[in-house]
Amino acid sequence: MVTATMSADKSTSSTSQAVAIATTSSSSSTTANSQDESKTTAVAAAATAGLDRTASQQQQKTNNSGAVSKQQPRTQSAANLLVPPTLAFTAQAHPAVLTAPAPQDSPNYLTYKKMEALIGRMQNEENGVPVRTVKTFMTKIPSIFTGTDLITWMMKNMDVDDQEALHVAHLMAAYGYLFPIDDHCLSVKNDNTFYRFQTPYFWPSNCWEPENTDYAVYLWKRTMQHKARLELADYEAEYLARLQKLFSRKWEFIDMQADAQNKADKKRDKLERKVLDSQERAFWDVHRPMPGCVNTTELDIKKVCRSQGRPTSSSGACQHSGPLRKLVNRSVDELRHEIELLKLRLDRRIIKISKVAEALINYSLQYAEYDPFFTVPEATNPWITDSLDFWEQEKAPKDVPLRRVKRWAFSLQELLQDPVGREQFIKFLDKEFSGENLRFWEAVRDLKTLPRRQVEQQVKFIWDEYMADEAPCPVNVDSKSLEITKKNFKERPDQWCYDVAAVTNIFQAPHAHVYHLMKTDSYSRYLRSDMYKDFLNNSKKKASVKGIRSIVSFTGRKDPQAV
Amino acid sequence: MDGAVSETEHIERLAREAESLKIRLDDERQKLNDVTLSVVADRLEPISCINVKPRRVLKGHQAKVLCSDWSPDKRHIVSSSQDGKMIIWDAFTTNKEHAVTMPTTWVIACAYAPSGQLVACGGLDNKVTVYPLSLEDDVSAKKKTVGTHTSYTSCCAFPNSDQQVLTGSGDSTCALWDVESGQLLQNFHGHSDSVMSIDLAPSETGNTFVSGSCDKLVFIWDMRSGQCVQSFEGHESDVNSVRFHPSGDAVATGSDDATCRLFDLRADKEVASYTKESIIFGANAVDLSISGRLLFAGYNDYTVNVWDTLKCQRVALLYGHENRVSCLRVSPDGTALSTGSWDTTLRVWA
Repeated sequence: MVTATMSADKSTSSTSQAVAIATTSSSSSTTANSQDESKTTAVAAAATAGLDRTASQQQQKTNNSGAVSKQQPRTQSAANLLVPPTLAFTAQAHPAVLTAPAPQDSPNYLTYKKMEALIGRMQNEENGVPVRTVKTFMTKIPSIFTGTDLITWMMKNMDVDDQEALHVAHLMAAYGYLFPIDDHCLSVKNDNTFYRFQTPYFWPSNCWEPENTDYAVYLWKRTMQHKARLELADYEAEYLARLQKLFSRKWEFIDMQADAQNKADKKRDKLERKVLDSQERAFWDVHRPMPGCVNTTELDIKKVCRSQGRPTSSSGACQHSGPLRKLVNRSVDELRHEIELLKLRLDRRIIKISKVAEALINYSLQYAEYDPFFTVPEATNPWITDSLDFWEQEKAPKDVPLRRVKRWAFSLQELLQDPVGREQFIKFLDKEFSGENLRFWEAVRDLKTLPRRQVEQQVKFIWDEYMADEAPCPVNVDSKSLEITKKNFKERPDQWCYDVAAVTNIFQAPHAHVYHLMKTDSYSRYLRSDMYKDFLNNSKKKASVKGIRSIVSFTGRKDPQAV
Repeated sequence: MDGAVSETEHIERLAREAESLKIRLDDERQKLNDVTLSVVADRLEPISCINVKPRRVLKGHQAKVLCSDWSPDKRHIVSSSQDGKMIIWDAFTTNKEHAVTMPTTWVIACAYAPSGQLVACGGLDNKVTVYPLSLEDDVSAKKKTVGTHTSYTSCCAFPNSDQQVLTGSGDSTCALWDVESGQLLQNFHGHSDSVMSIDLAPSETGNTFVSGSCDKLVFIWDMRSGQCVQSFEGHESDVNSVRFHPSGDAVATGSDDATCRLFDLRADKEVASYTKESIIFGANAVDLSISGRLLFAGYNDYTVNVWDTLKCQRVALLYGHENRVSCLRVSPDGTALSTGSWDTTLRVWA
């Protein structure tokens, strides 16, 4: 204990060294310390670091405090059994959470780095957020800026409006990069409330996972200090009471540590202490947030499981290789596979970006009329008006609105998706004596929707119906596709065995299979036919009548809750 | 000894070949990279005010909402949560119709079947389980475990029918299962890290789906062969969400690198990236409007950004959730957008 205190004293006196320690340990930009005020901040933080022992790394370094550091891992599991609600995530116990991961493995790594880059710009001496010391009647408040200062800076430097600036600022506060000096709730208001930057040492990118014992020391220290501004909030007092019960056996240690920290604090410069106290408080406001505040240290469970599954960040990549890949041959097989894929990519027919862009633009223009986020539907959006008319209209069996009929001309897929459209098309095909094409294609499509058990039987049925020599409704398939299908039918009669014959595969050169035939031949003839034109004109006439009707039904709509 | 030497030579030769092919491929792609999407889209009118507002708030989960899906009837929603519950909502009236307790506390994935009579879900139990929905019986009485992975189930979907379930998992594979027998129909190996999201190609003629993974890659798979037929690189971190463009010719993605991107299958490359300096947090969920013009993306910063996919500009920013947006889906008829969040609520926007 004594040496720890001494080392803390040392670091307070030798300023520049302490700054170096603080910044290297946080692996961050040194710009943070460019300002005089934040320099004192970092010094103060480095000083506590020697004492605080909140970080496990620090524990390992100090030898003579071995008793404490040995005890902590043991209490860890006990602590997790009885944690208060704010610790719910750690309580659900994923071992990965308990072992400090490398910073790069943290799912939030990129986010932290981006926020830290932004903080770096905010702390720039020349064009950052103006940080100052405010003198009031009795006291000095060091190293602060106002919410308005911050938001103004963000709007000037970040291409954001005031609302978004406030939102981003709020998030940076919630993650503990900056904080209100007198509030446990880490948020930002666009007013004259005072804020302070957190020292890099306490940034979340350092993978803090502080123990409950550390929290107990911190809270106990504050109760020792008997100062109005350090008084515990209600929730902190409750927390402390729980921790006292939990750690009753080792409370002596906690008391000793708190006392030592307290003594060290007293030796510090008054302004320095003010900054330090607030930064330490903000650190705990991130890691033990006030009830009702978002706990930003919670991680995505999927990402936690993932880092758990990987022993280290470097070797994790090929952990789950398939059974075929033996360790020895892996690189050869992998390279072969890679070459194969590259060749495949080289062979693929690629379209110029300009053409792709045109296609995407045309698609969205064509469908803009059907996109309720652009065009208000004829019968109004049910979510906005609480009227069910839009959905009722869809269900009406014979009353096909014009916009639906127009859509049939967009693609064969659109036509077939609409039950009325499909009905029309099959009528047309029957007139042309080619209805079996659609029926065959549909049979193949439906084959894929069957339970495995029924597949084989259906495969045989389709063969007898459409493909066999004496089939009652034979379909026209080119000889090559027929050959492949025959082979599939004999060797592997699964739900995909007719695909070559029936379906266009975008990844193969188009064969003359049935869908392609229908699309290029029958479908285009259908669109030019009188049958389609008559249907279109009919719904046009109906549309003009219905226009009036929909207004009537809109005014007389029913209460949606009653439906 | 000789064998070892020739082996290394062999590897080196293959590596050289792969390298030269890569260079050739880059050259070929560069030739076709004549212009950018946003430049071509410059001629379009900018999207004037998009008036998307919150219309419903669904409250009932006790913990983070992790996944949700729309029923084909366009008004029901299934959602799953960390509290171990799966809830079926009538989103229109905001009533809860079923609340089913799961065998695991972390239900990461859920999906509606095309019939609307069945839902599938899975999570840290590494399984995918289906629940037939009926008003008479207790829903969990008829549950059925269909498949099991060697790690958590991160996403699931029904391709074509109620009879099959496609899953993605933390074991870095995807799998197609027969619902009735629980038989594994097809296995999809290729990713080198957790699969986070899958989506089925909208084309009725295709048998393809897309997957996004923590290995930063996006793969297009052929369900028949189990082979990866196309891959896209570009993201700098985990790909959390993938969604097909309604045309079926492109996929939109959202990633932890705080960008969303559009990859085109015909161009075989990224055609757009949606990013902004003030967007710092990762994107968890993406979806497109019916016309493909709007890209909705839910972020870890509690917001939903609405992008013009063609001009690559942000057109709206939706505030409302009080914690990460974990899932997001446009309703089947495109009339609404649903979002789920770690703040335990779901919201419907229109």
